[in-house]
Amino acid sequence: MKLDIRIPIGGMFLVDGLILMGYGLFGHPDLARTQGTNINLLWGAAMALFGGTMLTFAILARKKVGSTGGPSH
Amino acid sequence: MHLSLALVDYVLLLVYFVFVLGIGFALKRTTTSSDEFFMSGRSIPAWITGLAFISANLGAQEVMGMGASGAKYGMMTSHFYWIGAIPAMVFVGIFMMPFYYGSKARSVPEYLKMRFDEKTRGLNALSFAAMTIFSSGASMYGMGVMMKDLLGWNFTFSVTVSALVILAYIGLGGLTSAIYNEVLQFFLIVFGLAPLVFIGLRLVGGWDGLTEKLAQHSTMNNFAPGAWTESWKHLGTAQSNPMGVEGFGLVMGLGFVLSFGYWCTDFLVVQRAMAANSMSAARRTPLIAAIPKMFFPFLVILPGMIAIALSHMGTGFHLPLKPDGSTNYDSTVPMLLKEFLPSGLLGLGMTALVASFMSGMAGNVTAFNTVWTYDIYQSYIRPGQKDAHYLQMGRMATVVGLILSIGAAYVVSAFNNIMDMLQLVFAFVNAPLFATFLMGMFWKRATGHGAFFGLLGGTTGAAIHHALTKPVGADSIIKGGYIAVMHTYPSEMAQGFWTAIFSFGSCMFVTTVVSLLTKQQKTDEELKGLVHSLTPRPREEVAFHKQPALLAIIVLVMTLILNLVFF
Repeated sequence: MKLDIRIPIGGMFLVDGLILMGYGLFGHPDLARTQGTNINLLWGAAMALFGGTMLTFAILARKKVGSTGGPSH
Repeated sequence: MHLSLALVDYVLLLVYFVFVLGIGFALKRTTTSSDEFFMSGRSIPAWITGLAFISANLGAQEVMGMGASGAKYGMMTSHFYWIGAIPAMVFVGIFMMPFYYGSKARSVPEYLKMRFDEKTRGLNALSFAAMTIFSSGASMYGMGVMMKDLLGWNFTFSVTVSALVILAYIGLGGLTSAIYNEVLQFFLIVFGLAPLVFIGLRLVGGWDGLTEKLAQHSTMNNFAPGAWTESWKHLGTAQSNPMGVEGFGLVMGLGFVLSFGYWCTDFLVVQRAMAANSMSAARRTPLIAAIPKMFFPFLVILPGMIAIALSHMGTGFHLPLKPDGSTNYDSTVPMLLKEFLPSGLLGLGMTALVASFMSGMAGNVTAFNTVWTYDIYQSYIRPGQKDAHYLQMGRMATVVGLILSIGAAYVVSAFNNIMDMLQLVFAFVNAPLFATFLMGMFWKRATGHGAFFGLLGGTTGAAIHHALTKPVGADSIIKGGYIAVMHTYPSEMAQGFWTAIFSFGSCMFVTTVVSLLTKQQKTDEELKGLVHSLTPRPREEVAFHKQPALLAIIVLVMTLILNLVFF
């Protein structure tokens, strides 16, 4: 079976999101530039959520094919 | 204006490259036939081909260019989306896709061969192949310049690295790899630019604040206060809006000829729909694409408008000037990224721009290798070989295409005007294409000779119109009027729209006359599936919510609403 596109997309956004969250929490947030909002943390969380959702769907779809013994080509 | 990127920014860029290459390697296993390499085995679901359909067009020139136009012309730039794209996307999905997908043609030139004749296909294949090389070269050049200006990277280094990465992922995974990366890039652009719009809008005081500051800007430039924030109200005369175009030229030139010519006949985008897994998925591809497309103005045009508003707020922000003292609009988007995004999000924004340069090149390269292999190599050079031979040729064409693109990038960087000149030539070649397709698909009497001479006639018509007119203040011979100046347009854009209208008209005229004078070589049986009146309506059992017509109506109503809101 062809690679499920949700795996790389989900994976990349999850990784990017976690990096941004980590940077927002422990890096130099540079809050002055964004008027006090820790935008790296917030936006990182949004991206991680998006990536995680995509991955979850990809994994669920895979399980479904596996359990019904569907075509695996 | 060098950007200083932090470590985290480089890490984000690196993560992108790792995933891009990963997609290529993961797809290598399933890319074993030419069918798979050039057409993804016609197996991609509609939502993926749909996102790839707009993403293939959303190169960085588009992102940066639309930001620049947003600053220069304001909300009127949205016409490039709401008039200049959506109606054509609906048309290609509903009316043209049944012939493209149903005919089993593997490329747009191949459709022309099936419908008309060999010479029409040859003409289209050659001009298209040349155009993709130069577009890909221009993307490469744009990226090299951006990396040099923003990060101080060496031009040759950026160009070489991008070419090698693209070579790896297309060589391995073919069209599927390009499509997957386009979808990835789509989400990157959305996530990369949205924070800029969010922060920018907050700074200028929301939409109301933006309107107020842009009204000031409009009156300073002697236009009505709404000229930068309303899209239709100032189209009565070319003098009353910053774009310098009037309503008729805009709707006919941009909305009809140029936009339909691009979205309905350019193989670069049509190839994405042809990779879909069923007729209904192919037809829904451009319709699904239309939904995010109609909201793109908020992502790519709004930043330009925000930049202008900010420059009137006394915050010290202003767009940089070119050496000759005029405003350098092209740097609007990078400038905003630099000023308003903190490290982290800055890296994400940069990655989004890099990704759009990359997929701009990759899209052209995949279209090039398909047209080269199927329409030139297999048709004229070595027909009748085994499939593995053509798959091998496709991979080689990818290498050659990239080498030629690098060459083109250097040619573009060596001659100032060459891109303007090439764009002009391609505009002449492309403008009549839509007329040819329209007649081919809806008039069964149109003949091969008619189509071929119609195309040549359309190109000639465009060139003559251009040679006889010029825009106000033209300083170079490339802008037109090299035979005589019979009419002066208020702007280059207006001249471009009218050149397209003339080209379309002359192509239609010549095709009609020549077709009526020559004999139809194809029988009705041969034209079945290629011409509207000879094709049974596609009867496909699809669920109600997957009907292309329903989706088309939703798309058109939403677009109408957007036009009314920003009227």
